[in-house]
Formats: sequence, C-alpha cells, structure tokens
Amino acid sequence: MSPNTPETNSPTPAQPASVQSEPVLELRRVNTHYGAVHILKDVDLDIYSGELVCLLGGNASGKSTTLRTILGMVKPTTGDVKVNGQVVTHQSTRDRVAMGVTMVPENRRLFKRLTVRENLDLGAYLRSDSDQIASDMERVFDLFPRVKERLNQKSGTLSGGEQQMVAIGRALMANPRVLLMDEPSMGLAPALVQQNFELIQQIHEAGMTVFMVEQNANMALSIADRGWVLQTGRVVLDDTAENLLAHPDLQASYLGTAEQ
Amino acid sequence: MTAAGDFPASQDAAPAAAPRRRLLEQDWRKLLRASAILAIAQVFIGLSGMPVSFDRRLLIDPILSLGYLSLLWLPLAVSYWVGREQVLEGMTAYARGGRDVLAGAITGAVGNAGLTLLVVGITHFDIRDPLVNWSPQLLGILEFEESVWLGALIWPAIGAGVGALGGGMHWASSRITRTTVIVLLSVFGTAVLESVITDLSQGFHIEAVSDWLYGPKRGLTYPAAIVVAAAAAAIAGGIAAYRAFLARTASTSGQLGIAASGETSANRVRWRRIPVRRLVGFALSAAAIVVLPLFLGRLTNELLANVGLFILLALGLNIIVGLAGILDLGYVAFFAVGGYSVAVLTSPGSPRFDLEIPWFGALFAAMLLAGLAGLLIGAPVIRMRGDYLAIVTLGFGEIIRVLLLSDWLSGTFNGAQGITNIPGVEVFGLATVRGFEPRSVLYLVLVFCAIAVYVSWRLENSRIGRAWMAIREDESVAEAMGVDTVSAKLMAFVTGAVLGSFSGAILSAKVGSVFPHSFAIIVSIVILVVVIFGGMGSIAGVIAGAAVLIGVLGGPNQPGLLQEFAEYKILIYGALLVWMMLQRSEGLIPSVRRARELHLDEMNQDAWLRAQVAADDAGGGGGGDRSEGEQP
Repeated sequence: MSPNTPETNSPTPAQPASVQSEPVLELRRVNTHYGAVHILKDVDLDIYSGELVCLLGGNASGKSTTLRTILGMVKPTTGDVKVNGQVVTHQSTRDRVAMGVTMVPENRRLFKRLTVRENLDLGAYLRSDSDQIASDMERVFDLFPRVKERLNQKSGTLSGGEQQMVAIGRALMANPRVLLMDEPSMGLAPALVQQNFELIQQIHEAGMTVFMVEQNANMALSIADRGWVLQTGRVVLDDTAENLLAHPDLQASYLGTAEQ
Repeated sequence: MTAAGDFPASQDAAPAAAPRRRLLEQDWRKLLRASAILAIAQVFIGLSGMPVSFDRRLLIDPILSLGYLSLLWLPLAVSYWVGREQVLEGMTAYARGGRDVLAGAITGAVGNAGLTLLVVGITHFDIRDPLVNWSPQLLGILEFEESVWLGALIWPAIGAGVGALGGGMHWASSRITRTTVIVLLSVFGTAVLESVITDLSQGFHIEAVSDWLYGPKRGLTYPAAIVVAAAAAAIAGGIAAYRAFLARTASTSGQLGIAASGETSANRVRWRRIPVRRLVGFALSAAAIVVLPLFLGRLTNELLANVGLFILLALGLNIIVGLAGILDLGYVAFFAVGGYSVAVLTSPGSPRFDLEIPWFGALFAAMLLAGLAGLLIGAPVIRMRGDYLAIVTLGFGEIIRVLLLSDWLSGTFNGAQGITNIPGVEVFGLATVRGFEPRSVLYLVLVFCAIAVYVSWRLENSRIGRAWMAIREDESVAEAMGVDTVSAKLMAFVTGAVLGSFSGAILSAKVGSVFPHSFAIIVSIVILVVVIFGGMGSIAGVIAGAAVLIGVLGGPNQPGLLQEFAEYKILIYGALLVWMMLQRSEGLIPSVRRARELHLDEMNQDAWLRAQVAADDAGGGGGGDRSEGEQP
C-alpha cells in the first residue's frame, strides 16, 4: 500500500450530510491487469449521491481503465466494485447499466447514422417504463432545447457542441444514479470545452451525481467538489477540489506522468 | 423514375442571359480523359466476346443486333457524361449549343478509335492465345464483313455520330432528352424481352400481339419498332402532362390552405401522400400480386419464383449485414441447411433416413437446424470484428459445402450425387406445389416472402432492431448503453439463418433435388450483391435489388429475363456494383432512415430550403422535413 493512499481519510467535506451512508459507487482496493501488465493498483474510490467528483491523471495513468472497470468491460483481478453498497464485481455491463451506472464516452461517440431521437431512445434501452421515459426525454429537452430542434436529424451532422448535448442527453435517458464522463474536454475546441463544463455543472445542479475522468485538472477542479489524482495506476492524491488546486504536488505529479 | 431523376433539372430553366461559349472553348483535358476511358472500354467490350456472341440475336430485324448494340451504347453514355456540368450555387449555367454537340462528337470519335486500333491489330497480329476473342469473327463484325479500311474508318465516324447525339442531349430541353431516353429504352426493352413478352401474351391470350411484334428471327420487326417508339413517346408525353397538371392543381389547392408558402413541389409531395392513397395503393398491389400469377405464363412464373427465393435470402442477409452490421460472406450455409434438411427428411431417395415426412414438418426441422447452425457459426464469429469476421464467415460457408460433399457424411448426404426425388409440397390436402408447376411454386414463395417482409419490418422497428443498429454504429458504446451485444448479434445470426432456410426448403421442393455445388460460394456473393445493390437495411431496396439482379440478369444457377447475358452475368454484377459504390453508395432504394439523412444533409447545405421548411412548418402541418424519406 502506497503511503499516499488516503485509506484513513475522514469523510470528505463535500460529502452531503444526508441520510446516505453508502456511497453510490465504490471501488475497494481494485487491481486490474491487462495481460500481465498491472494497470490499476489498489485503487479506492467512493462517490456519494449528489456529488460532482473527478479523477485526474495524465496519459496512461489508468483513468480509462478505471471507468472500464466500473462499467464491467474489464474485470478486476482483485478488489470489488460496489454500486449502492452492492458488490457488482462479477456482474455484466448490462446489469450495471440497469443498476444506474451510465457513461458518456470519450469523444461523444454518438451513433452517427441514427437520428438524435434514436440515440436518445438507445440511452433508455434497458428501461420499459415508457411514461417515465417520455418525461425524462422532456427533461433532456428542458436542459438542452437545441436537442429538441434536431430530433429527427442524423446525429453525425450536428455540430460538436450539439453532439455533446446529445451524448449527455443519451446517458441521462438511462435515468442513471451516477453519470460517468470520460474526458469531457477531449477533442473539443477551447470554447466548446468551456461550454461542456458548463453543461456538466448544469446537470449536476439538477441533482445528478457525476464522476468525471479528466486530464484538464484546472478545468475539472473548477467545477468539482473533490477529486483524486491517479499516477501510473495508483491514487496519489485525494482531497477537496480547493485543496487539490492549491496542492504543490498536483503539477509535479502531472509532470511525472507526462514523461511516460 | 430513377433514370429520370439523373438528369440535371436546371437544364431547360437556364435564364435568357446565360453566357455563351465558342465552339472550340472546350475542356480538352476532360474530353481526352473521357475518350481514353471510352476507347479502353470499347476494346474491352470487343475482347470480352459480347459482340460476337450477341451477333445472332437480332433486336430490330434487319438492321440492329444485340452484338452491335453492345458497341453503340457506351459512346452515347460517355459523350453525354462528358457534357455534364454542375451548376454551382450563385453561378449562371452556360448556354448549351453546338459546342456540346462537338464535344460529344469528338469524344465518340476519339474513343471509338480504340476499335480502329483493334481492327488494325487483329489484321496484323495474332494473339489469340491469351485473348480468345482476338478472332476473325470479331474482325468480321467490326468490318461489317467488308474490308479492313471500312472497318478502320467507320467506327470513329459512328462514334462521332452517336457522340454528337449524346452531347446534343444537353442542348435539347430536359423533356426532349427524357423522352428520347424513354423511347430508346422501351424499344430496347421490348426487343430484348422477346421471350417474356411472348410468354405473357400467351398467358393473357393475346398471342396476336407478340406474333405481330416479333419477326421469325426473334427481333422486333421494322414497323413494330416504330410503333413501340411512338407509343413510348406518347406515354412519356402523357406522364409529363399529367405531372404538370398535378403541379398546377396542387399549387392552387396549396394557396387555399397555406397562405404564404407557394412552393409547388413541397405541396405536391404532401398532397400525394394522403394515407388513404397509400392504403389503396397497397391493397391494389397486393391484389395484383395475388391475381397476376394466374395470367402469367410458365416462364414468367418460374422467373418470379426465382426472384422470390432470392428476396427471402436477401431479407435474411439484410438482417445480419444491413441491420446488425455483421459482414457475413458465408450466408449460403443457411440456404444449404434449409435445402438439405428438407431433402434428407422428405425424399424417399435419402440414403440414411426413410422418414418421408411432409414438407411442412421438414420445414419446421429446417428452421430449427438453421437456427442451430446460426448459433454454431455465430458463436465463434461474433467475437471478431471487421475483416477477420468476414474471412471467418467465408470459411464457414465453405465448410458446410465441403461437409455435404464429403465421404465421411456421404451416408447421409450422398456426396456429389446429391439427394434426388424430393417430393412436392402438399398444402393440407388442398393443393400440391411441384417444380413443374411454376405457378404453384410462385404462390408458395409469395407467402413466405410476405412472412419475411413482415418479420423484417417488425424487427427493424423493435427494441432488438434498435440494438442491432446501435451495434452496427458503435459496438462498444452500444455495450455501454446496456445492450447485450453477444446475444443481440447471435439473435441476428439466428433470425437471418431461419429466413435463409425458408428459401432453401422451398428450393428443395421446387427443383426436386439438391447438390453440394448448388451451394457454392458464389451464391453468398450474389446475395450480398443483391443486398448492397438494393440498399443495405432497406426492405424495399432488397426486394428491388433482387428483382433487378436476379429477375433481369439471373441468379447464380437461374436464368433471368435477359438470358443472352447469362455468360456475362458476373461481369455485369461487378460493373453495376462498382458504379453503385461510386454513384449511389446508399443503394437503389435507400432505407427510409438513410434517405432522410441524405435529404437533411442537403438541407443543411441549403439555408434557403431550410428557411422554406421552417416557414412551411410554422404555416401548419409539421413533418415537412421528412417528405422524401417516406416515399418508398
């Protein structure tokens, strides 16, 4: 166990003082291997309802693998993934999505030749409560009125910003308990990155629990409640957003991984 | 419809102030390139053997044979193509005139000089060894059985004449061009479809018509050709007048309904798409499909039955390739499973079993076995992606054929001798479907086609259909959305397999025998070509693709309408496919979704149109932006 790993951290300040004692999503001492290569090393994460948290790290630090492990696309060698306090380590992606874990993939990755409406429908793929789905779709339209205008348009013809709205909308259609965001700033023009983080903040303020994985530390920490820094598969920092921003090691740890 | 759509619409609407160009103000580079392509293509056609083998097939009795036509159509097409110009937004089209005629003539003349070279070449060199058709027969045709000099000189002259006609089409108004094309195609169609038209006229008891149309040597007689041309021109003119009438009526009624938008075409489309009209149209065509086989002759019924078998196959493959996006090159395996299951279970000649169960029972078994085969082939395959997957499915397709042919299983499948004596289909004691009664086969095929179309249609709009499309677009994201990709892909394989087995089961009963070589790899390829040609993911497209390719050209083992082309079937398939990929990669009839996409793409580029539609929608009756999409 790395001395940096904050196993004994007191409950984080940003944790809402609500009735919830169980985190929505929890990783307990997760180790993940690709073949023989050790990617995630004793990773501990806990995300509480209503939080906006971020996982920071440079290239090859294991950020994407963390997300894949949470979603069950990669199975951890040891350790457990818990959703709502229930161990889901051996459950399929489908089951985890059904339990309320949904991802907005890196670079949006819409179903480009399908219409916006079909993309949104696919977000609700596992749901059968058609009334609730319809009202959730209205909620997405309230959040992003632009999406409604483009409903019957092929999603690949939308502008980058609109695609991001559809990608988030598609994930929201799953009625998730926690929304995972893979590199929301990736592949977007600077102005759009700003807009994108505003979107994230917007859905967070609407009550969504968001867990984002991001390289752009300053940007992510400016909206997050708290965060972790991942370095070569190990959590090296765990603190509130303010403390992390002020932390002298933040830049250093980035420089360290940037050398690869 | 589609042929008419190819002509640029702005031709006759050129404003009076259109700039003129001098006669020699040509795009020489384009001319040279078109001529070179034409020359190479003409030499290729000559050496492919078409002129020689089609020479005896007369189209118009004394003057034109299919052989000469094979050398005449391309100069026309290329010289038309060379004059095509895209009018960019904000620019004025040039006035058309003598320059275009000259451009066409030059292209035709220079291009046909390729045939001159061929004449000279055949006279002086003998390379018949690798090139079978480098022959005196070809020389004879190229020389018109006269002299080398005539042969060498006449082809550029013919090319200039035909080319001038092709180029001149740009000069003429689009209406004249369209009428000319319709007339030419009608005469060609009537001439080349001699056997079918004779068959049809016998079915309807109007033999006099076909006797009058065709001379003793099968070609159209001179007067008949003229009458057909005149009739086609009259019909084309009538249709144009009817359209103009429709546009007029629609625009006046549109003005009554919506004050601001006077855009006739948009209103016309809406007016035409009243659901009642569609319903009536559907009922009428359904009735026609049911009644028509009673009047058709043996030949036509047989042909339609073959088309139906391929529609079944193509609908099945369409689920795998078009919806789920799994490129299956071994689809023939499921066809074979269907065919052999029925053969083994029903035939008294089946070597191992002596079951002789009725066809419907065997069909049930065939469905189960095909579903099982879908699972077995699908399970290892769906873990792969892209190229690897295609290659592995290709292998599985061959494995089935090799197993059927093998000594090891010859106790069950009888090896290369196949299984014969397969009885017909007893339809609950009401009727018997036998191969020598094509009409009964056609009805059986129609029933299964109806089932397949319904199933495809329902699946496409279902949850699993959406999952398939998501997998086609982005498999890992589909997985992240909660789609169980493994079972969805297996489901696609199984559904496609079952539809394919229907076709095999009917084929068995129709032909009365099955052989391993009927299930060769070329069948997979042809089915895939039908799906791609028709339009992946589009039910109407797949049906149209099967009708055009299998009906007109013929399937791998079945003759089509144009029996003359049987030898060149695969060549023409290939050429069509290449042309299709270049010009209309979405297929003959794109799926509704794709058509809508294309339409919307245009809209995105065209702010004006977008504003129009917005005004339209505001004026009442939304959905104007989907007008094109729902046409099929």
